[in-house]
Amino acid sequence: MLSVCGLDSLEQLYAHLPEETKLNRPLALDPGKSEYEIYDYFKARAAENADGYASFLGAGVYSHYRPVLCDVIASRGEFLTSYTPYQAEMAQGTLTSIFEFQTMICQLTGMEVANASMYDGSTAVPEAAMMAMRITGREHIVVASSVHPEYRQVLGTYARNGRWDIDTFGYDAQSGRLNLAELEAKIGERTACVIVQSPNFFGVVEQIPAAAALAHKHGALLVVVFTEAVSLALLEPPREADIVVGELQSFAISPSYGGPFAGVMATKEKFMRQIPGRLVGETKDANGNRAFCLTLSTREQHIRREKATSNICTNQALIALTATVFLSVYGKEGLRELALQNLSKAHYLSAGLKRKFDGPFFNEFVVECGGKTPEAVNSALLEKQIVGGLPLGRFYPELADCVLLCATEMSKRAEMDLVRGTLEA
Amino acid sequence: MIRKTRSNISQNEQLLFEMSSPGKRGYQLPELDVPAVDAAGALGGENVRDEVTDFPEVSEVETIRHFSRLSTWNYGIDLGMFPLGSCTMKYNPRINEAVARIDGLAWAHPYQPESLSQGVMEIVAVLEGALCEIFGMDAVTLQPAAGAHGEFTGIMMVRSYFEAQGNARKVVLVPDSAHGTNPATAAMAGYQIRNIQSNSQGMVDVGALEASIDDSVAALMITNPNTVGVFEENIAQICAVMHSKGGQVYMDGANMNALVGIARPGDFGVDVMHSNLHKTFSTPHGGGGPGAGAVGVRSHLEPFLPAPRLRKNAEGAWSWDYDRPQSIGPVKAFYGNFGVIVRALAYILAHGGVGLKNATVDALLNANYIRKILEPYYEIAYPAPSMHECVFSDSRQAAKGVKTGDIAKRLIDYGFHPYTVSFPMIVHGALMIEPTETEPKHEIDLFCDALISISQEIDENPELVLKAPHLSRTPRVDEVLAARKPVVRWKKP
Repeated sequence: MLSVCGLDSLEQLYAHLPEETKLNRPLALDPGKSEYEIYDYFKARAAENADGYASFLGAGVYSHYRPVLCDVIASRGEFLTSYTPYQAEMAQGTLTSIFEFQTMICQLTGMEVANASMYDGSTAVPEAAMMAMRITGREHIVVASSVHPEYRQVLGTYARNGRWDIDTFGYDAQSGRLNLAELEAKIGERTACVIVQSPNFFGVVEQIPAAAALAHKHGALLVVVFTEAVSLALLEPPREADIVVGELQSFAISPSYGGPFAGVMATKEKFMRQIPGRLVGETKDANGNRAFCLTLSTREQHIRREKATSNICTNQALIALTATVFLSVYGKEGLRELALQNLSKAHYLSAGLKRKFDGPFFNEFVVECGGKTPEAVNSALLEKQIVGGLPLGRFYPELADCVLLCATEMSKRAEMDLVRGTLEA
Repeated sequence: MIRKTRSNISQNEQLLFEMSSPGKRGYQLPELDVPAVDAAGALGGENVRDEVTDFPEVSEVETIRHFSRLSTWNYGIDLGMFPLGSCTMKYNPRINEAVARIDGLAWAHPYQPESLSQGVMEIVAVLEGALCEIFGMDAVTLQPAAGAHGEFTGIMMVRSYFEAQGNARKVVLVPDSAHGTNPATAAMAGYQIRNIQSNSQGMVDVGALEASIDDSVAALMITNPNTVGVFEENIAQICAVMHSKGGQVYMDGANMNALVGIARPGDFGVDVMHSNLHKTFSTPHGGGGPGAGAVGVRSHLEPFLPAPRLRKNAEGAWSWDYDRPQSIGPVKAFYGNFGVIVRALAYILAHGGVGLKNATVDALLNANYIRKILEPYYEIAYPAPSMHECVFSDSRQAAKGVKTGDIAKRLIDYGFHPYTVSFPMIVHGALMIEPTETEPKHEIDLFCDALISISQEIDENPELVLKAPHLSRTPRVDEVLAARKPVVRWKKP
């Protein structure tokens, strides 16, 4: 190959680089390792983590069982090693599965259009805010303090650089639900959207119709966020919302220390041309058969450059595929039964504990630790190989004596009894 | 002659919704070990939905067949060369997949105690360190979820850096050869875009740059090697010009696969850069994600990196430091796409320093070999030496009525995924070809034979190329129809 190139040595391939740009020493990295040594290295690192502990952590990342088929399908090289399906004739598999994904997200959220995925739930929130600003021509955002705190931080990062204003409104101390009076006080004629989460960060199911009515009264859009996607199988979908964004980690995506996950954005048909990211549409091939392709790409950065709806390019196709397989495995009945199991386990776990809020909850709830600190409770649980709930003082100083507990279908009764015993004792 | 493919039976398949029948299921949950709760009672009747109308109801075997059949309608690196320029479609080692699924890593919860997260934190720290060495940078963040997200992170840091000095500046310079994400990113970060024309070599014109730069310019976003696969030979001077006016240099590291082990952006004057772990560092593209965008900075930008940052405490244990007053803030919840980070580190461990450099040199060899073989048939866009990819123009073929997009579709009949079509826009009808280091010579020769054969077909029977593909399961797809009447979800007829 070198001689075809008219060269004598491999070094000549980059001999034209200016001397001052070249690295004239080897990289200071260890020599290459064998597959066995690599596996060993990561097994050793894995053993340094909470492997084998029961966990009652939720807070945006949930421990749900992952049906075996999900990885079987997502490991197929035809999906795993393919590219973004720009060449529709060679990517009908990916395109068809994304079309099914978009449909299922619409069915679950009560929306009419869903995109092919976002990076994750947290980044989908500022994308929704930017979309609302494009639609309304306004630059003020009102967000509930019961939206996931890290999502709100990410929103703040985007807002500071985009020069838009954010106001936060609180929750009702009794129910843990939206403080609607405070919301109304903060909405104005400059407000592009109101952002709420349901179930909210405290696990409490929100009053979406009331929030929508308030937002719409002032010409603002309502953005509804979800972090626990399994709840969509049981809860009334947020049909009154204008944009729904959320995190699909619950659909067979490993917690994996926080990523990669998949976000989603869904909206009404009338806003379809303002949605960021990829969209798959139905069409026909030259033989008249049904086929799919990426569509409405004139919204996107590779065509529109600085006038694009977003800079988003890569999304989370393989994760979205995994979620699609998960939804197919569980299906209509299974998904509802899964949600009911989560509801039942969380209510079992909460029995006898001092819940901070009395609003309805799905699989997470806030508990007061009584005379103890959350840290003391969690230390006691760790001795029993249990990772307890999330101490809330880090995000909500007024809830410094509280933890956020989560139960899923994977929570075992005996372990829940241990948690209850520790908190009650 | 088509040597790589032959026709084959391909399964038809309906959509999941069309093959559903009531009551079918592919799951079995364990029996509930606690009392069942009535949903309406617990949540309030108004909060409980009816069934999810028209949701799939299929059996387990139908599910696996459905997705397996769909997979056969796809093409992937596992099936052959995937020569998309700028996309670095290299082999995705399966050890990466195996280690990412080890329970103690895959099931690590981002809020589990730091004392029980030392292994995952160590992995993040080791990859940050390795990338610092590879990039020649002082610090790296692994928080961004993708390349474009990394660009956004980098430009926001530039803005914060200038704000800390009292003036955010207004303009970002972008060469006309740049990826579309560059101007889109700068606009999202609140900057005006000023385009810089490329010179006759496809490189940034230093004179044009000097004429464009003033006190309002915050940064130049430059891709090196650039999108025509050419090393910006004046890069050190370009950086010096920017710095002389107080500006910053952002490098789009999408093409980092050409540089690892032979040149480091930090050494030639770049202030901030991103690299796509799903390109250079072999993590799978997965049909369009997930990726990860590592961002490297020189020390003057380190205070602005997204919070939190890893720190070793007095006892030698890792902890997350949220006390970063100058940070731009987090760009994503938690700490980044950890599962992708694991895969990228596995790749670096497998190669080591010498192996990484060898991979780079092999990538250069493959690209230059393709260029030499195809140059008699296709017009090379610029005479400057190629790095890891080569870009041709369709000018000779377009004169005969056949364009790059048609040639791309005909390649499908020969069993290859097309190259990158019509990008960069500064090249007339671009054919952008990046083989990567992992393609064997045999596959590359078949690819070159295919393009040579197509160039002959254009002379003899252009209709054959204009109507391609002919042998694929799906012939040409009507993208215009899809956009004119968008149907983006299934509805019950």
